[in-house]
Amino acid sequence: MSSLLHRFYFALVGLFLASPLIVVAGVSVNAKQTLAFPPQGFSLSWYADIFIDTGWRNALFASLILAILSAALAVAIALPLSWFLWRRIAPWANVFQLLGIAPFTLPPVITALGLLTFWATTGFYGQPWTAVISHAIFFVTLPLVTLTLGFTAIDRSLVEAAATMGADDRTIFRTVVLPLITPYLVSGYAFAFVLSLNEYIVAYMTVGFTMETLPIKIFNALRYGYTPTMASVTVLFVVLAAVIYSLIARFGDLLKLLGANSEEQS
Amino acid sequence: MRREAPQRLSDYGPLAFPAIMLTVFFVIPFGTMIAVSFFQRQQGGFYTPAFVFSNYERFLSLFFAHVLGFSLMLAVLVAVCCVAIGVPFTYLMTKMSRRAQIVWMVALLSVLSLSEVIIGFAWSTLLSRTAGITNLMVTLGLMDTAVALSPGFPAVLTAMVYQALPYTILVLYPALVRLDPTLTEAARTLGASPLKAFFTVVVPALRTTILATLIMVFIFALGSYLLPQILGRPQHWTLSVLITDQAIYQSNMPFAAAMAVFLVLVTLGMVALTLFAGRKREETT
Repeated sequence: MSSLLHRFYFALVGLFLASPLIVVAGVSVNAKQTLAFPPQGFSLSWYADIFIDTGWRNALFASLILAILSAALAVAIALPLSWFLWRRIAPWANVFQLLGIAPFTLPPVITALGLLTFWATTGFYGQPWTAVISHAIFFVTLPLVTLTLGFTAIDRSLVEAAATMGADDRTIFRTVVLPLITPYLVSGYAFAFVLSLNEYIVAYMTVGFTMETLPIKIFNALRYGYTPTMASVTVLFVVLAAVIYSLIARFGDLLKLLGANSEEQS
Repeated sequence: MRREAPQRLSDYGPLAFPAIMLTVFFVIPFGTMIAVSFFQRQQGGFYTPAFVFSNYERFLSLFFAHVLGFSLMLAVLVAVCCVAIGVPFTYLMTKMSRRAQIVWMVALLSVLSLSEVIIGFAWSTLLSRTAGITNLMVTLGLMDTAVALSPGFPAVLTAMVYQALPYTILVLYPALVRLDPTLTEAARTLGASPLKAFFTVVVPALRTTILATLIMVFIFALGSYLLPQILGRPQHWTLSVLITDQAIYQSNMPFAAAMAVFLVLVTLGMVALTLFAGRKREETT
């Protein structure tokens, strides 16, 4: 009986998580330009619209470029920092660990507003590259967490052996450390990439008036005129996120990244 | 290789880039925001350097007290709902096969990645009259006519729980997956029903975790900046919504900054208070 209860509970939570997405998926295949559900007719033209319509296509490219660059910059900040904290005993350097975690932990409006006042004061407000830096700082937490986890998982005796054989820090990093932390590097990048793709408030407050990312475009459409393209973009985003996370699970240990002990367990 | 203290200045080299980036683009912007909160607003959306408290004085109004009270109440409610749903869910999930856990985690992460814009859009569609869930009810013969379920407080609460639930589960997961399984086994051997074992053994063992999760979800919910705006009426606007509104649409940066500083203080204050209360309770028991 209790197993039946479990299933019912899981089905209920699953339904709760899926229902808005089911409705949105239904809306996205409407034949005409209405947000009707159940959908009237069937058409995939709203998916084609993402790539055909100039506005949506530009927004898609803006979002993709922003996500690719900012996730790379986030990793570039997180990697040396987490390496240093692993390699050196320097308690005061933990301040930077804390600074790396803070932007993501505080309410996002605060980071967004801080960056808005900063870019406005320095006179760079509205430049597309400010969004890249802003997103990198906002999402640096993710690679920082995965990389810190990756470094703690390294068996120090391996590194010790390399050092005894006369390898210097640079060689050890390239030949021993880097191969071991690559899965954590990739997943950290992937988390930052997906979240940057979806991010709205920081992008809006930094470049909202000069550049349209997909979330900004959806928000503007929400205010100034609904179109089923909003729904097809949403479905595209969910599918993209699911594919990327599935790849992490396929080629890495997703559960360990999320805090489980190790692969052998259960 | 053992960890060593840096000996030469060049040993600090790798720290330079991260330290500069985080200082210039996080610490300084944070400082700029605090500075702007004391600036004087000019007509037309500009502001000039000054040291005035007028932006903070505006907090002393009934309207602001209402917004603050509502924001805190909503965040607490969301945190309680999410933990109430999330604790049994996460506990049962850790008992599933690795494969099933991975499938659920991919689904949860995908929902968690959605921006508030998309969640707001999805729920406003689900709750609307033309495309909403009530149409399904009409089709099934459960209702006579389709109705709009948003805007309103239930819509705001539901969407915010939707947004925060995956986060709650991810925060709970590490603690629950490492929970000693012999604890419940012992309780079961002694004759407790699974439900009783859960409430008398698992929940008390996780008291600290649950408290910490409540705080984290509370802060998460406090940060929700769009859902109350999309799915609620103006009286459902929270502090975060008001900050965005002042900064973008009213072009009153000093006031927005003052509210943001206030939000940071409220957030930190609530955390300190809860930690303090938790310690006090542990001392007495």
